[in-house]
Amino acid sequence: MWSLGPIGFASPLLLWALFLLPVIAYLLRAVPPAPIRRKFPGIVLLLGLRDKESHSETTPWWLLIVRLLAAASVIIGFAGPVLNPREQDLPPSEKLLILIDGSWATAQDWDNTQSAIKLLIEQAGRDRSLTALASLTNLPTELNFAPAQLSAFTFEQTLPRPWEPNEADYLGILERLPEENFDTVWFTDGLERTGRDAVVTALQSRGRISVAAPAGAVLALRPAEVTDGNIALTILRSSESAAEITIRALGLDPAGIERVFDVSLIQFEEGALTSTVMFQLPSELRNRLTRFDIASVNSAGAVSLTGDALRRREIALLDADSSKEGLELLSPYHYLREALAPSADIISGPLELLLLANPDVIVLADVANLPPSQNSELTRWVDAGGLLLRFAGPNLAISESGLSNETTLLPVQIRSGGRTIGGAMSWGEPKTIAPFNEDSPFFGLAIPDDVNVSTQVLAQPSPDLADRVIAELSDGTPLVTRRSSGLGQVVLFHVTANAEWSSLPLSGLFVQMLERLAMASGSRAQLVQDLEATTWSPSQLLDGFGQLETVDTLEGVDGAKIASGEINANLVPGIYQANEQTIAINAVSEDRILTTASWPSDANQIGATERKSTELKGSLLVGALVLGLLDIFAALSLTGRMRMAQMLILLSILGALPPSAKAQDDSFAIEATENVVLAHVLTGDAELDQRAEAGLWGLSQALFRRTSVEPAAPMGVNLETDELALFPFLYWPISAEQPIPSQEAYAKLNLYLRRGGLILFDTRDADIAGFGGGTPEAQKLRRIAIGLDIPALEPIPQDHVLSRTFYLLQAYPGRFDSLDIWVEAAQPNSEKADGMPFRRLNDGVTPVVIGGNDWASAWATDEMGNRLYPVGRGMAGEQQREYAYRFGINLIMHVLTGNYKSDQVHVPALLNRLGQ
Amino acid sequence: MTLTLRTQAEQVAANFPPLLVRAETLASSVILGDHGRRRAGMGESFWQYRQATAQDDARLIDWRRSARSDASYVQDKEWQIAQTVSIWVDQNSSLNFSSNEGLETKLDRARLIGLASAVLMLRAGERVGLVSPHIPAKRGREQTHQIASALSTATRSELPVSSNFAPHSRAVFISDFFSDLGALESVLAKAATLGVSGLLLQVLDPSEESFPFSGRTIFESMDLGLEFETLRAKDLRPAYLERLSARKEHLQMLANRTGWHYQIHHTDRSATQALMSIYASLERLR
Repeated sequence: MWSLGPIGFASPLLLWALFLLPVIAYLLRAVPPAPIRRKFPGIVLLLGLRDKESHSETTPWWLLIVRLLAAASVIIGFAGPVLNPREQDLPPSEKLLILIDGSWATAQDWDNTQSAIKLLIEQAGRDRSLTALASLTNLPTELNFAPAQLSAFTFEQTLPRPWEPNEADYLGILERLPEENFDTVWFTDGLERTGRDAVVTALQSRGRISVAAPAGAVLALRPAEVTDGNIALTILRSSESAAEITIRALGLDPAGIERVFDVSLIQFEEGALTSTVMFQLPSELRNRLTRFDIASVNSAGAVSLTGDALRRREIALLDADSSKEGLELLSPYHYLREALAPSADIISGPLELLLLANPDVIVLADVANLPPSQNSELTRWVDAGGLLLRFAGPNLAISESGLSNETTLLPVQIRSGGRTIGGAMSWGEPKTIAPFNEDSPFFGLAIPDDVNVSTQVLAQPSPDLADRVIAELSDGTPLVTRRSSGLGQVVLFHVTANAEWSSLPLSGLFVQMLERLAMASGSRAQLVQDLEATTWSPSQLLDGFGQLETVDTLEGVDGAKIASGEINANLVPGIYQANEQTIAINAVSEDRILTTASWPSDANQIGATERKSTELKGSLLVGALVLGLLDIFAALSLTGRMRMAQMLILLSILGALPPSAKAQDDSFAIEATENVVLAHVLTGDAELDQRAEAGLWGLSQALFRRTSVEPAAPMGVNLETDELALFPFLYWPISAEQPIPSQEAYAKLNLYLRRGGLILFDTRDADIAGFGGGTPEAQKLRRIAIGLDIPALEPIPQDHVLSRTFYLLQAYPGRFDSLDIWVEAAQPNSEKADGMPFRRLNDGVTPVVIGGNDWASAWATDEMGNRLYPVGRGMAGEQQREYAYRFGINLIMHVLTGNYKSDQVHVPALLNRLGQ
Repeated sequence: MTLTLRTQAEQVAANFPPLLVRAETLASSVILGDHGRRRAGMGESFWQYRQATAQDDARLIDWRRSARSDASYVQDKEWQIAQTVSIWVDQNSSLNFSSNEGLETKLDRARLIGLASAVLMLRAGERVGLVSPHIPAKRGREQTHQIASALSTATRSELPVSSNFAPHSRAVFISDFFSDLGALESVLAKAATLGVSGLLLQVLDPSEESFPFSGRTIFESMDLGLEFETLRAKDLRPAYLERLSARKEHLQMLANRTGWHYQIHHTDRSATQALMSIYASLERLR
């Protein structure tokens, strides 16, 4: 392709025709315009007059220019200009290594990268070159050059990972590089990393190296931090091309549905690679936050999980006897306040009010007796998951409450009186704290030498005392005991919360211990030292596209690994849990800065994903057409065939076209609402859309013949432009190529689902994959569904109302017959009633039905009612098609009548009441 | 033949009422002012009461007036004498032209003005006739229909050189006067000798005044008999305008010489204006 600057031409030879332009210009000037014949009575007066000049009026220069421009655009248009032509033809190489960074930053532009790599592999296949493919984040055990088809197969399984290649990965690829010579195409994410240069040098020594970097800037979020009570979030960009981005704060609402809590628009300062935004959220919302993300960027780096880091715990301090006067420094709560205030919300007051606030922790410092009513309320609160933290003191020591038998509000029985060691009236030295046991939550904390205990309350020896002790003194007497009660726990410090009985409250250990008890939310820096010797089990992990997936079968991760902060295959970003604490591991570390990688000058920048190449032929020809029209107007008005006024009117008519488009919109709405209309989502794949329409046509006809639903002709719906609320039912065939809907379209879809619409997702791959399999369609569906408000799903139960809305069905076949159909999960409390054929399921219509049975193809008929696609073989196939129609009819009935059939559970009761 | 006749009749019927209606509407907008002789005499409208003299017939005494006083009174009528007005509307093909769809053709306008002035004068009791096709001057409402049908049906109406005018009658000639002026000249000369005076009303299309043409143009006459090609129509404008004003001057000169009036009417102006000017000049000529 010959190119001129950024514009390439498909057939540049045609451009020679541009030299014809002067000829055209000469001809236009030389040939007079055709005469107008005009009737005119005054001709009598004209007879005998002579023209002064012999040649006619020439074409005015501006009209000449318009005409030449039109001619030029036609010539250039047919020469096939392409803006930013794709350098599709890398010179073929015998052996080709395709290297993919495979980091989360690759995910951002994965669609383009994917298609570029596919093209490259296809081309390699055509050139019969041997290829090898490696992803730096997921290194193959060895690199072998093999026919391109094998690479294509390997590539199918290659996905961006939520971590980045590190030096070890670069070393790993160096080790695996074969000795022979080969060329390399490196699909990079564009970020600079240490260790990369060595690989580049090594690759250059083997052959040519081409680099494909993505177009836009890589965007990422650092972990959120708490500063001055606000949440500060730092946004990173790798280059200045991304100026304005939207940050969303997401969390769960009380019903467990993810909502956007706050949205903030970020404007980078010029030249700055980072920008910080503050979120101010009420603490209730803040406690519900799960993550921040960058809207419209799908990558693990653009997600910042919060975990417990942002959570401000509410800690209630019980004012046992607020009337008691005392010195501030002697108050047991003083030290607690000091220790907890930086990281938690502290409330205090009488117990009745504290319980209403439902705090995470209630602290009782030296409170011996509570009224029985409060006692039982407190017990209930603990059972529901509260942490009751008690401190001993003179009152507790002398009270009888802990003596007799074990009360629910103390972890152990207390011996009366306590003991004093190392005082003026006693023998012995004040005791120090013994190292923490391995199973203690305090394990790993360093114990300062100067912490000693002079007075404590003692526990009554009992068989299970040893299990309950989580910290003890050097002589083996308990210092902290703990007992679980229901979902919550009761913890007792056997010393006071002030410095009276021990120096523990004065030490940093005290704060750390409180934190370990999941009382304080610490920032990561504080956590690190606490992480030693803990094990964290992953509960949700990020994939490369920034999507959280719940995992429950993975083994735990050592705290030390988390502390090291190295994100790789062994420590995948996500949410980890240990005991009561939740920690968020993010793909991007706190001190990360994104820098654009620079490549050696002889590396061939192919920019496969760089700029979209745009064909200019169409716009040029349209331009020529417009110029031609202008020329017509101009010529008409010049020769007097058309008046200026007429032209203006005509132009205004042309200008007034949009209102008529509006009228069209109305007609769309009228058409859609005049009758029940089944609709399918336009995927952009003409063949698929046609199939969907034919399918819905066939189903509409079946409905018309068999039921009282008489639908009009089905319609295709463009998610971006059309109103969805007009349709009760949307059929959405998934193709691997269709675009992800925009944010606005998602908002529309979610509104549609929430207001009772039903979408039937059809991945059309049930013949080759189980549900959730790795087919491109299933992956696409998963990526489409990210933005959708879809409730929990379950495989369709045998007694789902869908199986009996019109026909009684056991299977839901389409062109394929798979039972993997998913619908909204039933409420957990739905129970099977006695003698009923099915349970009382949730009271609504499932908003989505997901399957892969390619129903449209089974339903599809042409206008005459002829089947368009084969189903199965012979009579069995026809029977399957019949069942497919029955499923369709049941589905539409389900959409239109809701859970009406489900109300049949009441029939026996009604009959009974009627005395039948 | 019958078919042709009938088609024509229908055409006429289609054309006639609107023309007449419009003409009458137009005529009614001109209020008949002092068309009387302003002295007592034969007539229909009241002029004055005067004391009866011996010569007066007893039956002429106005008893109602006389009962109010001792003398007996006679009602005098205003002296009204009918004028004879001849109207000529040029129906030459060159009048069948309008430069713009929004404008009437000159012919329509000429007919309208001609008929309207006929209606107006008939209503005033004058005797009105057409020059060509020849309709003798008569009075009365029936004459309106005669003139209207003659104007609607006539296709060509040359100005007959041998036109007969009643001595001292009035005449109105409506045309664009683009054809040869020789006939007009001789008719005017003859009329002048008979003491006939009148009005020349030249009806012109605005484009004939402004000549707004440019570019290469072939001009054709309305009956396609003549053709004139020019490469740059714009350049012809001054020459054309010069010739046009020469013609106007010539007409003015003719009118002056014979004691006629000369008026120009453009089709983009209101027809009432033309009617008023006809009315005023006939008044002045009286």
